[in-house]
Amino acid sequence: MSGTFAPAPGRAPMRTVLSSQIRMELVLTARRGEAVVLAMGVPLLVLLGAGLTKVTNVPGDDRLAFVVPGVLALTVMSTAFTGQAITTGYERSYGVLKRLGASPLSRSGLLFAKTAAVLGLIVLQLLALALVGVAVGWRPHFGQILPALGITVLATAAYSGLALLLASVLRPETTTAAATLIYVLMLAAGGIMFAAPDLGTFGWFVLPLAAHAEALRDTLSHDTSIPLSIWLSLALWAVVFVTAAARRFKWE
Amino acid sequence: MNAIDVRGLRKSYRGTEVVRGIDLEVARGEVFALLGPNGAGKTTTTEILEGHRRRDGGDASVLGADPATAGPQWRARIGIVLQDADDAADLTVAEMVRHIAGFYPDPRPAAEVIELVGLTAKSKSRIRSLSGGQRRRLDVALGIVGRPELLFLDEPTTGFDPQARRQFWDLIRELAAEGTTILLTTHYLEEAAVLADRLAVLADGRIVAEGTPATLGGRAAEAAKVSWRDNGVLRTEQVDDPTELLRKLVATDADLRSLTVTRPTLEDIYLELIGGDK
Repeated sequence: MSGTFAPAPGRAPMRTVLSSQIRMELVLTARRGEAVVLAMGVPLLVLLGAGLTKVTNVPGDDRLAFVVPGVLALTVMSTAFTGQAITTGYERSYGVLKRLGASPLSRSGLLFAKTAAVLGLIVLQLLALALVGVAVGWRPHFGQILPALGITVLATAAYSGLALLLASVLRPETTTAAATLIYVLMLAAGGIMFAAPDLGTFGWFVLPLAAHAEALRDTLSHDTSIPLSIWLSLALWAVVFVTAAARRFKWE
Repeated sequence: MNAIDVRGLRKSYRGTEVVRGIDLEVARGEVFALLGPNGAGKTTTTEILEGHRRRDGGDASVLGADPATAGPQWRARIGIVLQDADDAADLTVAEMVRHIAGFYPDPRPAAEVIELVGLTAKSKSRIRSLSGGQRRRLDVALGIVGRPELLFLDEPTTGFDPQARRQFWDLIRELAAEGTTILLTTHYLEEAAVLADRLAVLADGRIVAEGTPATLGGRAAEAAKVSWRDNGVLRTEQVDDPTELLRKLVATDADLRSLTVTRPTLEDIYLELIGGDK
């Protein structure tokens, strides 16, 4: 067995496989950079509109302290859920995923790589929006930055899981419509531009966006800790949808 | 041990049985062609063996494992050239090949694979800008980049121009010579005849004939048709062995400039097989 063609099978180490896939996801994201920038348009408009003018009633005196963390949470949902669901839905219909399925990349490996890549993108988007917020007068605290990041990772995993689940069970056109509808509903009811409906602790479990926004307000705007119910809510969302996505995910 | 061992394979879609009890044995190092018209069950059979589809019944062993449950380690030992991958990826050819190569421990160098499939000039082009035939060649490149022990080729040359097809055949022969087992599906008879050590004809979910390109469907045993002109009149005779007849003809003063001896071509046999009683 020698020569260029001698079969030499086996699998590259898991870490190499994953980092290769994450790199590809990021390159693909960069190639559609204009879509990524456009996706930040809505959060930016909300930030400037609701943050600087009195178009809506927000709780408290400090509009920016309410609006900016909400916009950050909205961006996480927009990228990890809406963008992810639409992209993956079309990737499936174009056969990109089938091609990956023909390779030794495992299903959970692909889900992990997609979530990790989306997390990287989200960090950049949040930095950009936070800088805009600071530029117009938001004064964040950094004492609780770690819990803020932790809850954001949970939210990203939950949204990403839900996105991949939708993209697996629906056709791409339906996925696009559903993801957009959920985005708009959450934008309205998620406590971003005005207070979320007061449902008590129950509310944190049915409105993950509102829970995440509240957690970011508590930590970044008010320098307090995140309520246990919010941790529980987002952890539950993450576990349920990541598990469901791993089970139902289809390569084609 | 065979590379592929299949017994009584069955698969239905919504109550319609498309694979109806297929037996298949492919030895290691063999090039095996599954031949049949569209809808015969070739792709479904291949996809079950690749682990992409569940079977409803029967036993299947591919490289010693059940494809329905085998994991990524097993997947790294097979190569798949998809029939209908049509991604609009924004990656370039070289990026895609390099990326997939990264999943294997000892891949072929990307540039070498791209050269092998004749895409060097396109290596920096985005995949979405490729023509249909060029995409197929990229699929082939992605299927062989990991140096698979067993390669599945599902209608690999659809959309190739004649020159690209010849190049591809050379590539397959080279892979086979190095010991790669190849399962090829095609509806090009010529391709199966040129490449395959053995082939099976699939019609309506069943294997209707199996053999080598020379013997398929009793081709070697079929009667030969001898034609010649006798005083300007065309004469034809069917004989099992034309030797005696030819000896007799040479001894007469028949005009043998127009003599032909024909056996049914692979295509005649094939059409007869898939046509059934039509």
